[in-house]
Amino acid sequence: MTVMALSRSGGVHVALAALAALAGIVILPNAAPLYTLINVTLYMSMGVFALSLALLWGYGGILCFGQSAFFGLGAYAYAVAAINFGDTTLAAVFAIGVPALFAAGLGYFLFYGRLSDVYLGVITLTVTLIFFKLINSTGGDAWRIGAARLGGFNGIPTTPLLTIPFTRIPMSPAQMFIFAAISLFSTYALCKGLIVTRFGRAVIAVRENEMRAELLGYNARRLKLAVFVISAGIAGLAGLLFANSVFVSPTMFSLSMAAQVLIWVVVGGLGTLFGPVAACFALQIATAVLGKLGIVDPNIVLGLVLIIFVVFVPGGIQPAFAALLHRLMDIRADRPVAGEVAR
Amino acid sequence: MSDYLLEAKDVAMHFGGVKALDGVDFRLRKGELRCLLGPNGAGKTTFFRCLTGTHKPTRGRILFKGADIAGKERYDIARAGMGVKTQVPSLFDGLTAHENLWLALRTVKSAAEREARIADAMERVGVSALRSGVLGRMAHGQRQLVELAMVVASDPDLVLLDEPAAGMTDVEVDRLASIIRDLNRTHTVVVVEHDMHFIRMIADQVTVFHQGRILVEGHVERILADQTVRDVYLGKKHV
Ligand SMILES: Nc1ncnc2c1ncn2[C@@H]1O[C@H](COP(=O)(O)OP(=O)(O)OP(=O)(O)O)[C@@H](O)[C@H]1O
Ligand SMILES: [Mg+2]
Repeated sequence: MTVMALSRSGGVHVALAALAALAGIVILPNAAPLYTLINVTLYMSMGVFALSLALLWGYGGILCFGQSAFFGLGAYAYAVAAINFGDTTLAAVFAIGVPALFAAGLGYFLFYGRLSDVYLGVITLTVTLIFFKLINSTGGDAWRIGAARLGGFNGIPTTPLLTIPFTRIPMSPAQMFIFAAISLFSTYALCKGLIVTRFGRAVIAVRENEMRAELLGYNARRLKLAVFVISAGIAGLAGLLFANSVFVSPTMFSLSMAAQVLIWVVVGGLGTLFGPVAACFALQIATAVLGKLGIVDPNIVLGLVLIIFVVFVPGGIQPAFAALLHRLMDIRADRPVAGEVAR
Repeated sequence: MSDYLLEAKDVAMHFGGVKALDGVDFRLRKGELRCLLGPNGAGKTTFFRCLTGTHKPTRGRILFKGADIAGKERYDIARAGMGVKTQVPSLFDGLTAHENLWLALRTVKSAAEREARIADAMERVGVSALRSGVLGRMAHGQRQLVELAMVVASDPDLVLLDEPAAGMTDVEVDRLASIIRDLNRTHTVVVVEHDMHFIRMIADQVTVFHQGRILVEGHVERILADQTVRDVYLGKKHV
């Protein structure tokens, strides 16, 4: 686990991210071909998904193997609500609220039942697999919630696109792109802000040492439940964005989806926020390129990347990159110090 | 409201067949400094764990400030004003000493007050120089002191210290004794210790645990001269 400087300010990072988001919003919708625009929107939805686990695992110390359950649940809640209400703004609220509520129930059982971390991993994984099985078996006409047919392994291709609030006009790909960029940035800023609040620091305290946290008066279980619920809400938002850039299908609950997000967080750096998002983008682009080349199965490469990082760069990209930057600055600022380090 | 800050009545803690505590009656007045001693396995740490809510006693009542806290949640007991330095230091290893103390000041809202109290607690325990050090990289003696500073910072009504002098050099032990005496000016303190030299430096009143019960209680010199106590400690070089 990396050293978490509680008092270190994240303002600079947030400002840089805002700049990047702004540049993306201004440049890409005009310059990039539609295909690229839609792909980057998809990557950004995954970036939000990466943040959900980066917060939960990296700061809450809760390793959830079934983060995709909340991701899928968010998308399905959105699709079902949008089809039934005809209004997507309220449906978007469902996309975040339903997974958060579900996490509140599941988390209550997990944390207040005092289950060990191993069981927590197993149970979250099992839950997502149950969803996967369940949704896959909803093929028949009988499986519907209100007007929405769940559609089994076909998913819900008729999911309405998000409309511009208070109108019936669906968002264009460019508008969807901007919405995703704003969502990704806001989620990043939210997480970054959260970890320096008293609540966030308490969550980190529980991660560091649950017993000591309780001996100081922190309600560890409630804090873990809270961060679990927040993380599930963020995963639901990611599901909403995904539903609007691809479409709603049971693969959102799949094992490979659950594994991918874990890989992004490990590669990006546990206990960081920007790293997992960067890793998510890089690995998805790499997967797309490799898939196009068709020489080697992208999944094998992904597996290899995971192994390489766990063995050789256990801290992930962001800390490794920061250390490198530090060393470069040291060399420039003060040669003898750098020399000492080398010795 | 009773006359006592802490009153344990017939507290027992059984682990399967092991009777770690078997009917402890213990009273402590506000402002006291009490030493607990007793051979290994006597039940001292288990007693602390019952007081702090880590264990729910098998039987008995624990009145703290007049309310029964036996079996209450650990964080509730902490909020009620119980502070503990555990036998094996329990700290936030990935964080700095400053951050550790920051977290100890859970209820303090003002940043200025927080900083002032962190500085004050560090000063009191003499760990100001360790402020930016990460706990995981500190020596055992330093960790003991930072944990003590953490307890001091949180300003509990009752301070429990489980073998605070363990792993310290003679010089450090002398310093620790004066820190604890100073702490006792403002706080009620219970210290578990084996080191007789150290006990003589800090305490008047001592309580001897033996096989999960209280063997004898009284003034330090009388107790240390007691033949039963000597027998219990037989083979211990310090007596
Ligand atoms: N969680 C537990 N499960 C089973 N037995 C336990 C547990 N905790 C303590 N014991 C047993 O209870 C008895 C008292 O242990 P305790 O740690 O309270 O002694 P102590 O007086 O603190 O000793 P020391 O001076 O070695 O720290 C010992 O026999 C110990 O093995
Ligand atoms: Mg002990």
